[in-house]
Amino acid sequence: MANRQYELIYILPPETAEQQANELHGQVSDIVTRLHGQIEKTENWGRRKLAYEIGHFKEGVYVLEVINGSGELMKELDRRLKVIDQVVRHMIVRVDEEKQVVDRTRTKRQTESERRRVKRGLPPQRQPGEGRSSDNDDADDDRFDGVEV
Amino acid sequence: MAFGQGRSGGGRGRGDKKTADKQQGQRRPMFRRRKVCKFCADKIDDINYKDVKLLGPFVPERGKILPRRISGTCAMHQRKLQTALKRARQIALIPYVTD
Repeated sequence: MANRQYELIYILPPETAEQQANELHGQVSDIVTRLHGQIEKTENWGRRKLAYEIGHFKEGVYVLEVINGSGELMKELDRRLKVIDQVVRHMIVRVDEEKQVVDRTRTKRQTESERRRVKRGLPPQRQPGEGRSSDNDDADDDRFDGVEV
Repeated sequence: MAFGQGRSGGGRGRGDKKTADKQQGQRRPMFRRRKVCKFCADKIDDINYKDVKLLGPFVPERGKILPRRISGTCAMHQRKLQTALKRARQIALIPYVTD
C-alpha cells in the first residue's frame, strides 16, 4: 500500500530566504522519513507571480516535492502544513496512477507504430529527414492555437 | 487541409446541412476551419497542471475554461484538461477569475 507516489507543492512568501526554505524542506523530509516514506525529487521553482492574490501576497516561492509513501503520511503532512504559518498555500496530488496510464499509452503507441513500420518493410525507428518535416508546417495548419472569435 | 461545409457525410457537420441549403440562394456557406483536438494531434499524453505553457491557450482573458465547442478538444482530453486547469487554479498558477 505504501508504494504510492504523491506530489506536494507549496508556496512560501516571496521574501523567504533560501535558508528558510531549506529549513521547511527539512521539516517535511523529517515527517516523510519518520513515516517510512522517501522524497524522490525536490524542485525549487523560485519566485513566481501568483495568478491571484493570496492574503496580501502577489508573488510566492514555489517548492515541489515528489514523495513516495502511504496515504497516512500525506494526511499527516497535510495536517502539519496547514498549521505552519509560513506556508501560504499547499496542495497534494496523487500521481502514480496517472503516470502509469501515461506510460502505458506511450509505450503502446510506440510499439504500434513500430509494428506498422515493420509491416511496411521499414526500419522500426523513424529515420532523420523522413516524411513531412514538422518544423515549418505551422503557418498553415488548421489546429487550434488560441481563442478564435 | 481545411474542409468547408460543402463536405457531405461525416458526423461533425451534423445540423449544418439544413442551414447551408437555406442560405444557398443568398450567399456562400460560411467557411469554417476544421477543428482538431490539440492533444490528439500533437500526441500529448500527459496533461499536467504544472505546465502553464500548455494550459495557457485554454484559459481566455476572463479566466474561464475554454469550452470544447470552441477549442475542438476531444471529450477525453477536455476531461483531463479540466482537472489540470482546476488543480493549477488551486495553486495559483492560473486565475479563477479576472475582471
